[in-house]
Amino acid sequence: MAEKQIGTWAVKVGLAQMLKGGVIMDVTNAEQAKIAEDAGACAVMALERVPADIRREGGVARMADPNKIVEIMQVVSIPVMAKARIGHFVEAQVLQALGVDYIDESEVLTPADEENHINKNDFTVPFVCGCRNLGEALRRIGEGAAMIRTKGEAGTGDVVEAVRHARAVLGEIRRIQNMRPDELMRVAKELGAPYELLKETAELGRMPVVNFAAGGIATPADAALMMQLGVDGVFVGSGIFKSGDPANRAKAIVEATTHYNDPDIIAKVSRGLGEPMSGLAVRSIPEKEQLAVRGW
Amino acid sequence: MRIGVLALQGDFIEHEKILRELNVHATQVRKPSELRELDGLIIPGGESTTFGKLAVEYGLIEPIRAMCNAGKPVWGTCAGMIFLAKDVGMRQPLVAVMDVQVKRNAFGRQVDSFEIDLDIPVLNAIENGQPHPFHAIFIRAPLMERVGKGVQVLATLNDGTIVAARQNNLLATSFHPELTRDPRFHRYFIERVGKGA
Repeated sequence: MAEKQIGTWAVKVGLAQMLKGGVIMDVTNAEQAKIAEDAGACAVMALERVPADIRREGGVARMADPNKIVEIMQVVSIPVMAKARIGHFVEAQVLQALGVDYIDESEVLTPADEENHINKNDFTVPFVCGCRNLGEALRRIGEGAAMIRTKGEAGTGDVVEAVRHARAVLGEIRRIQNMRPDELMRVAKELGAPYELLKETAELGRMPVVNFAAGGIATPADAALMMQLGVDGVFVGSGIFKSGDPANRAKAIVEATTHYNDPDIIAKVSRGLGEPMSGLAVRSIPEKEQLAVRGW
Repeated sequence: MRIGVLALQGDFIEHEKILRELNVHATQVRKPSELRELDGLIIPGGESTTFGKLAVEYGLIEPIRAMCNAGKPVWGTCAGMIFLAKDVGMRQPLVAVMDVQVKRNAFGRQVDSFEIDLDIPVLNAIENGQPHPFHAIFIRAPLMERVGKGVQVLATLNDGTIVAARQNNLLATSFHPELTRDPRFHRYFIERVGKGA
């Protein structure tokens, strides 16, 4: 291979590997992007409204205005991600044309297709997708996702669903590691997971791509909780810019993610952060209004 | 031999895995106390701005610089290379020990990230048998626009772009040997750079 090859699986998965141990923050304008970068974010997610506002205002949530995305790309040197609606492969084509570094095919936006997700193998730009369990994660990887995150329940500030989804994925991985190949085929059927990917996951003892937590993380302790459960890094959406002191909270969450096994440091960075985002208990949300049930 | 891997953020586990396969004692470094008793350090890929903020906050810049100046082997891959460089054309916290001028995100954005086979002459002495190219993975990679007099260029792209270099005990690569199954660069770091050879 004496010539450069772009858009390969290794470079798609590789960028996610570079994000590990870091915090990816939702931002809606250049000023917020700069605050996130200065706080130590390893990437930002450019979007029109943070999930808490999408939830409150309702209506159809779509890909962000390209002007907004470009404005954010121009002010930070870290990778910029952006969201496309589930199944909306033309929004994804637009985001690739703009030069974003990662596309999140996201349940936070209103799905464009209730049957099919985007065939992510068609793209040069890599994709991250949400999941609630191992089967869903491996289906997305089968479609070409190069990074996985839990869905959690975005825009709530309630970490309970992110914990549920991370435990489901990581628990299923522990369960399959001691299985024989014939048993794995049965589990593949049960989970609706591609057999080869399930087998690879069992052999590796982890998914073949990076796995972040997302959806409801609002405090340094939430981030460290997810890291201790075994995820590779965290997304923080509304939790930062819907809080009283975004710059300090962002920095504290970054430090807690790096030092996730050090309670003294987590205690220190958690002090004096002001009001967290107000929050919404997931249990109070009717199931049809939950974002995590979008996609399959 | 004990090699630390800076574990503030990035792909430090990938480096640790290769080091362990080479029977090297590898440890994660997040605080200055964890640098003590190390024979060398690897600064992994990741986001150099994230490393910088955390390294300043936790007092790591000075002790890492002291390690570099004391002649211990230190290797930076991608973001790690940025972190070691004296000049990156932007204001950000750096260890600033390698006499190289680095350009960040030099090849473009993620859609321009690439893989390529490189001829790296110093690796040919590492393994007996036929010399073969090193498969290099470049992710939003930096390059070296200029290197100082005491810096040895180890690898270039076909157009002459410098992508690997050594300054005595310091090693820098634009690409990620830790993302491949080929341990030759890690062996070069331990067996040559580590022994002053």
